[in-house]
Amino acid sequence: MAAIIQTENLTRRYGQQVAVDGLTLQINEREIFGFLGPNGAGKTTTILMLLGLTEPTSGSARVLGYDPTRDPLEVKRQVGYLCENVGFYDDLTGRENLRFMAELNHLPEARVTEKVEEALRTVGLDGEGDKLVGAYSRGMRQRLGIAELLIKDPKLLILDEPTLGLDPDGTNKMLDLVHSLSRDRGITVMLSSHQLEQVQRICTRVGIMIKGKLVAVGTIEELAKRKLGEGGGMNLEEIYMRYFKEA
Amino acid sequence: MWTICKKELADHFSSTRFLILFCLILMVALVSTYMAAANIRRVLEGVSKPSNVFLLLFTTEGKFFSLVQFIAFFGPLLGIIMGFDAINRERQHRTLAKLVSQPIFRDAVINGKFLAGVITVSIALVSMMLLLTGMGLITVGVVPGWEEIGRLFVYLIVSIAYVSFWLGLAILFSILFRSLATSALAAVALWIFFSFFIGFASDLVADALSPVRNPRDPEEVVPNERLADAVSLVSPAVLYSKATSTILDPYRRSRGSVMIVGLFEKLSMERFQSPLPLDQSILVVWPYLTLLAALTLICFGLSYVIFMRQEIRSA
Repeated sequence: MAAIIQTENLTRRYGQQVAVDGLTLQINEREIFGFLGPNGAGKTTTILMLLGLTEPTSGSARVLGYDPTRDPLEVKRQVGYLCENVGFYDDLTGRENLRFMAELNHLPEARVTEKVEEALRTVGLDGEGDKLVGAYSRGMRQRLGIAELLIKDPKLLILDEPTLGLDPDGTNKMLDLVHSLSRDRGITVMLSSHQLEQVQRICTRVGIMIKGKLVAVGTIEELAKRKLGEGGGMNLEEIYMRYFKEA
Repeated sequence: MWTICKKELADHFSSTRFLILFCLILMVALVSTYMAAANIRRVLEGVSKPSNVFLLLFTTEGKFFSLVQFIAFFGPLLGIIMGFDAINRERQHRTLAKLVSQPIFRDAVINGKFLAGVITVSIALVSMMLLLTGMGLITVGVVPGWEEIGRLFVYLIVSIAYVSFWLGLAILFSILFRSLATSALAAVALWIFFSFFIGFASDLVADALSPVRNPRDPEEVVPNERLADAVSLVSPAVLYSKATSTILDPYRRSRGSVMIVGLFEKLSMERFQSPLPLDQSILVVWPYLTLLAALTLICFGLSYVIFMRQEIRSA
């Protein structure tokens, strides 16, 4: 399996404060990687460094074989990043928003319409494409956010809290969507979330970050064995709380 | 960059605030030019035709002010209104993080926005000038010569540059301040200061540095006036109005105006002097034009540097 993301001692300081402390992490092709941790643990900063939006203080990262600090455009071309609480141009329709994104990704004019329709269909918004985004519900906005990423045919999706504030039905739809993208299109997914039950449902591997340090990484079974012992069950929430209390 | 520019252009032309401001400026411009035209017609009655009448249309005061003065005051508002929320609106709607995570260079965002603003201003000003010229042809009945058209063209270019300065400043504030209201207020405050209060400020500075003890002593009055003049040049509004009034008035030979004369006196005085050719007029105000361009570049350069270094987070 090829490594899609590889970081070596990745560190970012803001003044005295260390936001990310010596992060060494590998995410492989076709994985759905759950990136867990309390608020302010440094997850978003890590993601920003992976996209080349922030420069690391020290250490190195490689995303799809490119160095995000030196080659941010190449990384951004192939990585779809859904930020927490993604925003749209509310005075445009869903279709127009997608069209704008397609043009920013330098898609040839002839393919724009086709790509936009395909993305809308994939996320199940083909009926609402001509509504103004201002009138979208939260669940629809999140799905439109995913549609925007699909336009560029990403190899890697980085989703920051994609299910935040969704109702149970919306959450399920979102998770199913992410799962099917990974299964059917072979897209690697890195997903940060606080909703551990859902992470447990779809993630193949998880990493737990606390106060800038990656304290655990592995499959849920591995972590369960380590923290809860044989036969201790496989509840991610319990594992997480153990790590959290120790840190 | 063109994608962003295209979207911003569409936004400007469909935004209500731009349309309202443009209609307002157009209306006032039409009325003031019409009054100026009526004024000119009245004065010219029975007088042998002087040269460069057409330009008078723009520099003559109607009832309150001439068109040139009006644009000098309200042109900046056009730039401010298009720029003050350029970046921080994207920040508030959380679209900025998305924008910079697309495969475009970060500077394409501000370049595209600045360019869209400049194009909008150009279209607005050019169409307004054409309308006014057409109206002038009908009401005054004088056809402008090539020289006059050239002067109007230079005037347009300088005006666009001037409004672009305010656009650049407003974009700078939209990067510096997170809140829409703060950046709008900061830009408007600066506009009011530079357009209306710079006269008082420069007098104050001049009085402090070279006080006039005896107002009848030219040895004291002249340096004081010179200093006040020099200080007021930090204001782009002063630079612009001095530059354009010289460009549109071929009889003006220096940058400062010594006397205030009425339209009729002006016309009679012209019999004793010959007008400057266009290139000489431009030469007279060349320092002002370079200063204005430099100020615009500084503003834009500053926004560029700050924006490139800023970290953009979604939250």
